[in-house]
Amino acid sequence: MKKSVFLGTLSAAALSAGIASAATLDDVKARGELNCGVTTGLTGFAVPDANGNWTGFDVAVCRAVAAAVLGDPAKVKFVPTTGQTRFTALASGEVDMLARNTTWTFSRDTDLKFDFVGVNYYDGQGFMVRKDLGVSSAKELAGATICIQTGTTTELNLADYFKANNMEYQPVAIETNAEGEQQYLAGACDAYTTDASGLAATRAAFADPENHIILPEIISKEPLGPLVRHGDNEWGDIVMWTLNALVAAEEYGITSANLEEQAANSPNPEVKRLLGSSEDDLGAMIKLDKEWAKRAIAASGNYGEIFAATIGESTPIGLARGLNAQWTQGGLLYSPPFR
Amino acid sequence: MNNQVSYVRTQMLAQQPPPGREMGAVKWMRENLFAGPINSALTILGAAAVVWLIASAWPWLAASVWNASTLSECREIIAASWGEGHHGACWAVIKDRWQQYAFGFYPSDLYWRAILALGLLFFALTPVLFAANRRVANRVMGVVSLVVLAFVTVAEFRLIDPADAAAHSIWAAILTVTLVLAVLWAVHIFAPSKLIWFTAIYPGLGFWLLWGGSVWLPVVALAGFVIGWLAFRAAQPFGGPAQLVAMLLVPVLWWIYGAGVAADVLNRIIPFSIEAVGSDKFGGFVLAITIGVAGIALSLPFGIVLALGRQSNMFLVKALSVCFIEFIRGVPLITLLFTASLLLNYFLPPGTNFDIILRVIIMVTLFAAAYIAEVIRGGLAALPRGQYEAADALGLDYWKAQRLIILPQALKISIPGIVSTFIGMFKDTTLVVFVGLLDPLKGITDIVRASTDWKGIYWEPYIFVAAIFFIFNFSMSRYAMYLERKLKTDHR
Amino acid sequence: MANVHDVPKDTFRLSMLLYDTRYRSLTIQVVIFMLFMAGIAWLIDNTVDNLRALGKDPVFDYSFLGNRAGYDISQRLIEYTNDSTHARAMLVGLLNTLLVSVLGCIAATILGVFAGVLRLSKSWIVARLMTVYVEVTRNVPLLLWILLVYAVFTEAMPAPNAFRPNAEGVAGASMILGDSVAITNRYTAIPNPMYVRDLGTISLGIVHISVNFLVLVAIIAGSIWANRRILAHAAAVQEATGVRPTTWWKSLLTLFGPVVAFLWFMGFHLEYPELKGFNFAGGINVTNSLMALWLALTLYTAAFIAEIVRAGIQAISKGQTEAAFALGLRPGRTMSLVILPQALRVIIPPLISQYLNLTKNSSLAIAVGYLDLRGTLGGITLNQTGRELEAILLMAGIYLTISLIISGAMNVYNKSVKLKER
Repeated sequence: MKKSVFLGTLSAAALSAGIASAATLDDVKARGELNCGVTTGLTGFAVPDANGNWTGFDVAVCRAVAAAVLGDPAKVKFVPTTGQTRFTALASGEVDMLARNTTWTFSRDTDLKFDFVGVNYYDGQGFMVRKDLGVSSAKELAGATICIQTGTTTELNLADYFKANNMEYQPVAIETNAEGEQQYLAGACDAYTTDASGLAATRAAFADPENHIILPEIISKEPLGPLVRHGDNEWGDIVMWTLNALVAAEEYGITSANLEEQAANSPNPEVKRLLGSSEDDLGAMIKLDKEWAKRAIAASGNYGEIFAATIGESTPIGLARGLNAQWTQGGLLYSPPFR
Repeated sequence: MNNQVSYVRTQMLAQQPPPGREMGAVKWMRENLFAGPINSALTILGAAAVVWLIASAWPWLAASVWNASTLSECREIIAASWGEGHHGACWAVIKDRWQQYAFGFYPSDLYWRAILALGLLFFALTPVLFAANRRVANRVMGVVSLVVLAFVTVAEFRLIDPADAAAHSIWAAILTVTLVLAVLWAVHIFAPSKLIWFTAIYPGLGFWLLWGGSVWLPVVALAGFVIGWLAFRAAQPFGGPAQLVAMLLVPVLWWIYGAGVAADVLNRIIPFSIEAVGSDKFGGFVLAITIGVAGIALSLPFGIVLALGRQSNMFLVKALSVCFIEFIRGVPLITLLFTASLLLNYFLPPGTNFDIILRVIIMVTLFAAAYIAEVIRGGLAALPRGQYEAADALGLDYWKAQRLIILPQALKISIPGIVSTFIGMFKDTTLVVFVGLLDPLKGITDIVRASTDWKGIYWEPYIFVAAIFFIFNFSMSRYAMYLERKLKTDHR
Repeated sequence: MANVHDVPKDTFRLSMLLYDTRYRSLTIQVVIFMLFMAGIAWLIDNTVDNLRALGKDPVFDYSFLGNRAGYDISQRLIEYTNDSTHARAMLVGLLNTLLVSVLGCIAATILGVFAGVLRLSKSWIVARLMTVYVEVTRNVPLLLWILLVYAVFTEAMPAPNAFRPNAEGVAGASMILGDSVAITNRYTAIPNPMYVRDLGTISLGIVHISVNFLVLVAIIAGSIWANRRILAHAAAVQEATGVRPTTWWKSLLTLFGPVVAFLWFMGFHLEYPELKGFNFAGGINVTNSLMALWLALTLYTAAFIAEIVRAGIQAISKGQTEAAFALGLRPGRTMSLVILPQALRVIIPPLISQYLNLTKNSSLAIAVGYLDLRGTLGGITLNQTGRELEAILLMAGIYLTISLIISGAMNVYNKSVKLKER
């Protein structure tokens, strides 16, 4: 494996120059490992523990894809990327997919030559302020000093929002979420703005969460989702349908606990198709085996289980499902049928 | 001339003790603290500054907590022991996470390999740095051996994660380390001049220990140098330039076309490999030291060539060298790191994919090479002109003159400068955080702070990392100064 | 005469290219040139292939610089809004880089000279204190200093509203330097220089420069030139007659007279910051990211400068002072005519390379979110437009230009003070 890094690369390069855009799926299979780009550490979404095991909401997507493609959710190499380096890491082939709360936007999908394969978290940009500031709406933030992470869509949204409402503000640019929290807590800014999920996670970890409020205004749409390189549709399909499988599994009540039982006895033919226990071989259509989705779901459970375990209400982050509930529950999650 | 002296003392006065203000502590204080009004004022100001610093830091330091598993627990302990609202240092975070600061995510059952690789570095350096002084060499090797053994023992008995422990033999690891050290000591004692061969194979060995995998990869890579030497010998009948071309071209061809295949074949015939560790597992000080050491070691030959190029009479060679050196020295390292992260993959052949650590090492090497070139140019310039002329007078050609007369002296003079460059680079390795690598200062700290246990911790990790950097760099800079003094007496 | 022959003029053979030292270097250069070009071609070819594979146009396209930037920059020297172009954002960044570099160089020189001289102080405690400062600062990464200083600013300084007197009329914090500067955890409010009369601005393409400022610079330059003439005249008189005319009052008058007169005429005054609403207004609010970066760069570089100054002073042998005294020079003149010119020759070249380092190190602004050249062009602009190749090359080119200008200045200086040897 190490060969791919050192001399082997050189020799392989010299020999195989010209086969530039080889299929990602073949690469991943040959490598026996999925390279997945994640954040450098965002509580709840992707964070390594003391032993270097990555956990989190985004991480679970990577693991599901690894399980579907390679049969083992542990065969993922997590590549930490910053807001600055993430797109090049994907474009250059350093990572096979990016699961790093990245907002799906028009220019990223087209001009930057990526394909967003779906949305794993519907988010929106919000503001958090100290309660004693006496502000109850983002419209009252005129003249405020606002902490904001650079290299994200949030700074553009912020500029647009204040422009639209004809207000002035002072941006304080910060590099990472950890830095932003510290700045905000120290009072270096009146408000901290980022995705609402991030705000909730941040607020939950404060020593005095009751003294901070998240303002009701959500000033942007932030559909966060995994993305792959443009042009390799085969690979894009695999990631897309792995994500859909996790969503559909929740809808049909397939959990990591009742997986086997559902596969064997479910009366629903779609469940059987999904889990590969019927005659139809969906896996073959995306060059995988029959039980790919079963393994993906087994990796860390269905969408609901992942949500509950990493960022849900029982975790310190305590996010409600909100928009991210199934469509049957009034949310936006809606997997196309597996047929 | 008047010989009459009106008064001459005939009797010696009994010696008197010096006045009180010229004695002991009073004298020292008068001379060193209160010599004149300006100095007195300075002293008082200085003392006030020291007192202020201690007074403002002490309450915080005094309330140190070493045993806690989360920040909130830590704050509770501080509140319970020193009263509500008291601020205190929570060193428990270091105690909890120091393995990550040291090793990143390197597998805990393989810590011994990282420790051994870094320890052996000193053994590899011994023939180069302490060749002249056997006593110093003994001392350095002794200390390093003990430290390595101690660290490995601690790592083996205390640090192994239960999850990794199953298929791991503590005694095998310790025995291996002891054996390696014993062999090196034997060489050092019985054939000290042969230790240089260990220096020659160290780059491959260090790489193998750190990254693991098949032993044949570093072996075939090192074999490139042997092949180059053989080509050099084989081309002897065709004259100097042909030798040079052969020496450069053949190994490059070997590395590009032969090495990968050879490693594969050898691996199939005699498979011998140790557990591979991916680059993503590197972090903390292991990462910083790996990048720093690899950067300096790889940049040395490159820097020498550049320095010679800059001194060359050939216009084109000189121009290219100057352009390269000035370009690299003219842009900030962070720009080069972003180049490594964002652009290097564009410049390399399609389909290749170097991992980010390797790309960073490549850029850091280029960066260091420009600085080393300037250091060595200083060394070359410091050599008396007569040395060049003497070499010419002996009828040596350019390469022989450089190899036998000029470079050995110039490099020797340059060692302090090289050590300073290394210190600078070691500090600069912290910048790799901006391309997503887990450097000890910000990368690991951010990860620690992203965990729910230690969210909100701020000063302690920085102070800890600063202390480690200080210890490393301060001792290296002292060593550079020692060398400078020593080399000065040699030359003047 | 007859025994000395010219070297026989052989006919040219191909092997001479390799074996004849007259041609060999040419051969080698041609080969190296070809290899170099081949290498460049290889890199370009790879780049083009890679860009094609990604579906990007393999041509340099800097048109993105003309697009709307869309982001805000809080610390700026020139007018900029989020409707401005990326090119203007780049310019704001470049000026920010230059701003922190120039401020840093000035402060680091002052602090470094102090520390270097104090390190040689007779006062034991001060000398030790400076040694500790120098060693601790030099041996710890700059990034750490930047983060620490930034943390000190945000954690230890009072919030702006702490300056407001509470119910009992006691404020939690107070302004310093005669109520003109307020250090808060967001920014440092300093007085704003203002003119009553305004000569307007002239616009040079995308840059608008205040005429007041231009006139001021012109006047200062003129004063310095006039002062030089006065000194040259005095030197000429001294050469001719042996008596140097008194010049200090003339110098003072020429140097400061016109400037003061101009400022008075224009109605120059300082507008002091005042707490209005939640924040200070009236003065200039310097963001803490700039302050932290500036202070950290200053502290770090000053430690290196201190060592340079110390080495420079120690390099001058005591005999020089003694010789000057023996010639009857007074201590002041000894310092200015004998010691300093020699010490400066040792000090200035490494000092300028420290300036160069400081300028390059200012790119660590990324750590505190100060939007310098790297933060705008190489950061947000790059990230928004996805033009990494163009952006990074342009950024490297700009940094390189700055560096070359600084090292060019150093070379000019080195030439001018080079020992005139026999």
